[in-house]
Parts: sequence; structure tokens; C-alpha cells
Amino acid sequence: MAYSEKVIDHYQNPRNVGAFGSSSEVKDRKDVGVGIVGAPECGDVMQLQIKVDDDGKIEDAKFKCFGCGSAIASSSLATEWIKGKSVDEALEIKNTKIVEELALPPVKIHCSVLAEDSIRTAIEDYKKKNGQVVESAADHDHSHAH
Amino acid sequence: MNLPIYMDNASTTRTDPRVIEAMLPYFTEIYGNSASRNHAFGWAAEKGVELAREQAASLIGAGPKEIVWTSGATESNNLAIKGAAQMYAKAPMGETGRGHIVTCIIEHKAVLDPCKRLEREGFDVTWLDPGADGIVTAEMVAGALREDTILVSIMWANNEIGTINDIPGIGAVCRERGVVFHTDATQWVGKMPTDVEKDNVDLLSWSGHKIYGPGGVGALYVRRRRPRVRLQAQIDGGGHERGMRSGTLNVPGIVGFGAACAICSEEMETERERLLALRLKLENELKSRMDVVEVNGHADRRLPHLTNISFGFVEGESLMMGIKDIACSSGSACTSASLEPSYVLKGLGLGDELAHSSLRLSLGRWSTEEEVDFAIDAIHKAVEHLRALSPLYDLHNEGVDITKIEWQTH
Repeated sequence: MAYSEKVIDHYQNPRNVGAFGSSSEVKDRKDVGVGIVGAPECGDVMQLQIKVDDDGKIEDAKFKCFGCGSAIASSSLATEWIKGKSVDEALEIKNTKIVEELALPPVKIHCSVLAEDSIRTAIEDYKKKNGQVVESAADHDHSHAH
Repeated sequence: MNLPIYMDNASTTRTDPRVIEAMLPYFTEIYGNSASRNHAFGWAAEKGVELAREQAASLIGAGPKEIVWTSGATESNNLAIKGAAQMYAKAPMGETGRGHIVTCIIEHKAVLDPCKRLEREGFDVTWLDPGADGIVTAEMVAGALREDTILVSIMWANNEIGTINDIPGIGAVCRERGVVFHTDATQWVGKMPTDVEKDNVDLLSWSGHKIYGPGGVGALYVRRRRPRVRLQAQIDGGGHERGMRSGTLNVPGIVGFGAACAICSEEMETERERLLALRLKLENELKSRMDVVEVNGHADRRLPHLTNISFGFVEGESLMMGIKDIACSSGSACTSASLEPSYVLKGLGLGDELAHSSLRLSLGRWSTEEEVDFAIDAIHKAVEHLRALSPLYDLHNEGVDITKIEWQTH
């Protein structure tokens, strides 16, 4: 399969790789939200950690990803896009924008869906830790590819 | 060394220039139809076809009259399985209980799908599960045979993991019980010594393009004596190949197939040793450089030139992206709609995450040690790059068993 130049660039030079700590270390940190989505048996797992400042702005984001090149690129791109945004602005990022930016073919759309899910899950985690109302997951009607 | 390097010889091989040289006159000079019995052009073409038949037969210890030309191993498998099932069916068409067939869950699709079709048509099929080492034994087959068993089809060597089944033993069990025995030997013949007499095989499929011959041509060995095996034709027409496979013969392709067989007969012994040494270097070096590297399938009973390796916590397709200068295959099927990893690796009971993490590397006649060294370095580098990105590798290093986590499957 031929990958777009942007996918190859993110694969070779992934942005914001890492974590603010191991899963146990960040579990109780109120300024960090963690989203882990996917499953090894499906061939992709994304882990996104966001660090939110006192004004509700995402000051930093880190990712790790087990998955194909498109999954790596989608999560790498997601960290670039959410940095500097407020958590509510970050929730506006739709998978279709990722598909467009990375020129993902139809079989790889699920990678972008997973990236969107990881953003939402990380923000939900942050909000829960800080006693904020979490929007119901049922309000999301994106179609999963699998 | 030229890049990219080719390590996908189990998919197809480069046609040997000596084979092409043998084929060329049959396009431009000896272009007759080998079935034309009344002129010199036909006779000359027929002579080429018959020499090829002898070369093919000689590679597997058969007689030339036992070779049926086909378009490839898929057609050979279809003709053998459907042709034998229909010939030896117990009850007339349209009724159930037509007979019992034994095969295995990690066969090639070209065996699985004909068997599935026969199952829909009223045949009963037993699907053997080889277990973790991928080997089908004579005992497994003996345990599956029934009064109404008419056909056993077990591959000689597996195309994804290279494991070698006990074909002589399975053949002996079938012979004793009077059951027709077919083997898909596409990955075996030409690479390893084959003797259909000693190995008790009744029907054997193989193809040209896996043995440095041309694509689009294959052969089916059909036993003629002790016992004579009969097949229902699947392609009807002019009655070529003793009525078993109609259609004007692909003369240049067949001549190339014969030449390829002759070269394999000649060079097999030294070549298999050379390739085994290269494969062992590849496996051992990768295992010594990194942790959680598993060679899939039985430790020793494997083809010399093929290896299937899982690199834990790294997804196969992204790994292939990192080694773009190496042409190989992955057990991951991330591009398919189902997202299912290889059914062969799953058939071994391999966890999905390891099945997604595998590469199949298959060496061939032009593989060199320099290429193997290059591959070792490139794979090592790509795995390190991806493990630095892998959340699963972090969990592993923290001592978490990732199979125990409740993942959000999607």
C-alpha cells in the first residue's frame, strides 16, 4: 500500500512521543488526562496523555502507538493539533479532518476514528479527575470501521 | 548489493535466466500447437512438452504419464480435490452423505476453499487443528479417518510458517485405509527431495513460479499404478491431458516449467544447505539482538529458506514500513476490512497481538549473505524505532501482562 508523504513523515519523525509518567504514576495526577483506546488483537492501541493548565488549556500532549503507519501518523498528528487548544476546542477535532490531512484511504479510516477516540477519552479522564461534567459517549455518532 | 532486496520467495520467485532461454524458441520458432498431430510445427511443440513432462516427473520420482499440466497450483489443487471427491463420491449428486474429506485449518486458501465448496455440496469435511507447532502428524490423520473417508488433503510444507508435515507417514495411513491422498506441495517441491513412491502420495500439486520458473503454469501428479487414481475433469473441452484438463497447452510455459524442474533437481542439495545457513543466521542474530522475538512454528521441522518471526509489541505493517528496502510479507492484515491477522498464525494458537507482529522472510536462489546482514540491521533498527513508540512495550517493561488487560475492542 502506498502511504502519503505526510503519513511517512509522521512515521519517520513522530511528534510528541512519550508520556508524563507510567500509567500508575499519572493515575492520580489531576493535571493529566489519559486516553488508551484500541486493542492489541485489533492491531492498534493508542495512548494519549494530555497535560492541562489551570485555565483548561492543553499545554502539552504525548502519545504512544502500537499500530500501522496510518495509526501512528493519526495519533502523532492529533498531539500536534490539540496542543495549545482548550479541552473543549480539542473535542471539536473530527476524524474526517485527520483523514483529509493525512490523505488516508478508506481502509485506514478507523485509524483516524481511534485518534479522535483517544482525544475524547483523555479529556473525559481529565474532566472526571477534576469533577467536571462529562458529555455522554452516546452523543457521538461516528461510525466505527470495525 | 542493489536495493530493495527481495525476501519474498515464498510468494513468487524470479524466473531463472536459464529457464527463459529454454522458453524463448517456443514463442518464435517452435510455435505450433502441441495437439497438432499432422505437421512438423505440432510435433516439435509436442516434443518440448514431453521433455518438460519427463523433467517434472523426474523431480518428484513419478512417471511422465502421471503429470497433468495446469495453470498453476490453485488449479492443480482444485482439480485434485474436487476431481477426486466427485469421482469417489458415495451417493449421487443432490444427496447428502456423499463422503468424508480430511484437511487442515492452516492449509492454503486454494485447498480450504475447494473443501468448503464440497462441504456446501454435501460432503463432510474434518478440519484438523495442528496445534502450536503447526505440524500435522500421521496420528492426527489416522484419528480422523472414517469408513466413508474418500480423500485426505494435507500440505507438504506451510506457505506462511514453513513447517513440514509428516507426508510419508500420512500417505502410509491413507494407503493402508484405501483413501486417496493429495498434498499441496507448492512450497516443498524443488526445494526438498521428493519421491511420490516412497512418500506414498497419490496426488501432488505444485507450480512453476515458486521454483524459478514462469507464472501461469502448474502441474498435478496423478498416480497411475498401485493404485490408479481417477479424477473428474473440472474443465471440459478438447480432451487434452488424457481428458483430465482440456485446453490448448501453454507450450513455452510448460517448457520453462520443465527447465526449472531440471535445474532444481541439479542444484537442490547444495542450495538447501546454503539457504538454511542464511536463514539460521537471520533468526539467531535477530533473537540475540532483541527480546521478545519468536520464530513461529516447529523449531526444526521447517523449510530451509523460510522463516516467520514475531517481534512482540510491534505491529507488522508498520514494521514493513520501516524496512521498505526489504520486500517481505506480514502476518498482520491491517489493510483488510476484517482487521483479522493471519489465520495460519491464529491456527497455531498464537495470541492476536503476536500474530499482528510477524514478518515472513523467504530466501531464494539469489539471496546473499550481504542481503541477510542488511536485513538484520534494518529490522533491528525498525523494531527499536517502533518499540520506542509502543505503549505495549512500556507495559511489558513495567511488568504488566498485556493479555490480562481488558482492552476496549472495537
